[in-house]
Amino acid sequence: MKLKKSFALLSASVLSIGILAACSSDSSGSSDSKKDVPDDGTSVIKIAAQLPLSGGSAIIGESIRLGAQLKLEEESEKFKELGYTLQLEPYDDQSDPKKGVSNANIIGADESIFAVVGHYNSGVAIPSSEVYDKYKLAMITPGATAVDVTERGLKTVNRIVERDDGQGPAAAKYGVETLGAKKIFIIQDKTAFGTGVAEAFKGAAEKLGAEIVGFEGITVGEKDFNGVVNQVLSKKPDLVYFGGIYSEAGIIIKQAREKGIDVPFMGADGMDSSGLVDIAGDAVKNTFITSVAGESTATEAGKKFVEAYKTAFNKDAEAFSVYGYDTMGVILQAIETAINDNGGKVPSREKVAEAIRATKDYQGALTNVTFDEKGDNVNAKIYLYKFDEAVYPGVLEGEVTP
Amino acid sequence: MFLEMIQTLPQVLIDGLTLGAVYAVVALGYTMVYGILQLINFAHGEIFMTGAFIGTALFIFLMGMSWITAIPQILVLIVVLVVTASLTGLMGMGIERVAYRPLRKAPRLIPLITAIGISFILQDVVRFIAELSSGNYIVTGPSLFTEQITLKLSSVSSNFNDASFKSSFIIVLVIAIILMVSLDYFINKTKYGIAMRAVALDRDTASLMSINVNKMISLTFFIGSALGGATGVLFAVQYGTIDPFIGFILGMKAFIAAVLGGIGNIRGAMFGGILLGVLEMFAAANLSLITAGILGAEYKDVFAFAILILVLIFKPEGLLGRPVAEKV
Repeated sequence: MKLKKSFALLSASVLSIGILAACSSDSSGSSDSKKDVPDDGTSVIKIAAQLPLSGGSAIIGESIRLGAQLKLEEESEKFKELGYTLQLEPYDDQSDPKKGVSNANIIGADESIFAVVGHYNSGVAIPSSEVYDKYKLAMITPGATAVDVTERGLKTVNRIVERDDGQGPAAAKYGVETLGAKKIFIIQDKTAFGTGVAEAFKGAAEKLGAEIVGFEGITVGEKDFNGVVNQVLSKKPDLVYFGGIYSEAGIIIKQAREKGIDVPFMGADGMDSSGLVDIAGDAVKNTFITSVAGESTATEAGKKFVEAYKTAFNKDAEAFSVYGYDTMGVILQAIETAINDNGGKVPSREKVAEAIRATKDYQGALTNVTFDEKGDNVNAKIYLYKFDEAVYPGVLEGEVTP
Repeated sequence: MFLEMIQTLPQVLIDGLTLGAVYAVVALGYTMVYGILQLINFAHGEIFMTGAFIGTALFIFLMGMSWITAIPQILVLIVVLVVTASLTGLMGMGIERVAYRPLRKAPRLIPLITAIGISFILQDVVRFIAELSSGNYIVTGPSLFTEQITLKLSSVSSNFNDASFKSSFIIVLVIAIILMVSLDYFINKTKYGIAMRAVALDRDTASLMSINVNKMISLTFFIGSALGGATGVLFAVQYGTIDPFIGFILGMKAFIAAVLGGIGNIRGAMFGGILLGVLEMFAAANLSLITAGILGAEYKDVFAFAILILVLIFKPEGLLGRPVAEKV
């Protein structure tokens, strides 16, 4: 009996210590008083990166974060001279709008955060941006392509990549004119991004004279898409278009190929990930994707970035890594401008947001950024990749236009 | 419209049977535990998911060994099934011992909430481990049993399209049937099975007949969880890609299959699972045809659950369940 009591007491003590330790420890993205006051007497400027660091889009989210981190580290010395210490604060939105909004409120409340790199998923970017706007906090998305991200007229919301209303029609044009598709089956994942890009594709394909023989939705997270694949089988299309991300796309392509559907598959930038090849394997052959992400090595600066990324993180850059890098570049240039305009003192969030929106001809490692009055990049491009084998990235076929 | 539905029917049946077999075996775990404890073990879906991850990890580990290629794939699968079933069975026993046994005399709602809590814990633990090892929790296992088999049904009748499936379909179906038949035999014909049924019927009287009630409940959890884990392996073999959330939706559907067949009824769970799988696949393939494009494949669950509601309205005890007379 005594032994039991002693054991219970010991367990309770261990639990209590654990809970106290957990309460006092710093969780990812929370403010830390030690962090806020650097030893060298400089002031802290934080940039938040809210991205899917776990979940279906984790590969892409993590690669954007690392790209942003690389740029921040490169610029940190310059800011030290100005009297500021740069810090990147990563937040995981888990591709979940609720989590994104919850994190956005925490980010907004931290006054040492001056801008946000993110989000990747349009469905998360849209509600979260409403929160940032309330806090006058600027965000630049390196990958959210839904039209509504910038169409709401928020002064704090910007993106450096092309929109779905450019991407969908560009894919339709290639599918109908180059691949010669007359009957097209469309599948979408019912998210803001997936439905948006699929609808844009559908409208453009119909205008070009193609017949849409099916427009079906799937549920994100499921693993058996044979029901939809059976419809594709019975409709005998010349092309299958998927609006969604790689985690579902890979499974659908694999299950379709297993059923003998060998027509080309097409999709958008949500499929632009090494995860697509990991999941689909050899079935990925004869798949085309339009992407708002270009080939990182297309420019000299891009080549340098790819090498630096590999050296810093010991892994290859993904398609969107360079967009994290360039997004951070735009933010840091705007913060520097706002600091200089404020006589070297800490600028307000509004001034940083204004400086970001006023960006003209910023030459990044891959992208040239000029924001229009909505916050869209007027120089954004759409690229087309083809997978001839189970290797990522696919072969760049070139730029495509709507 | 009707002709088009008939044409795809063989393929729909094949895919529906595959999915239904998975639902059926997972449903057995729910129905067994409910039969003996009147508890809906909502953590059972997560045991299925854990089984899928353990199985995939074992496959990846074994396939990394050069000598394994000399062994037939089916033998490797059997080894993985046995190891995974044993581990998930022990896990189920552990969960029962730690989380449910102390609450046996508590109001019904308490163990139910505990089960949901266990479910979330398992989800996050698996997610954490998967991300730790691969940086991403979506895991794709090695390709097994991928030989394509085509049934040339169009040559038999012009009303049907050809149907194709992977060899894994046969393996999943055969193993699922073996598991179900074995369980049915065990429950109805063996000493332990009869003891388990006695405990399910009347726990107090069973203990007076010198049946170790705790042991029987532990055994029930072991068997149910072992079946769940083994089905997880079959799921991973059939679908290739898994994540820590596969157990939640699939577990819900398997529970619904158990209710559809008659909760607490072993054969009912089997029948309910197969029926739900076929109905779901039929809906996914034909809903847009039936509703002239108003409802699409994404509403397949609505269709399946609407049928469940109808069944429960007119036959509340489930399709194979027996009406329970209340003692007054």
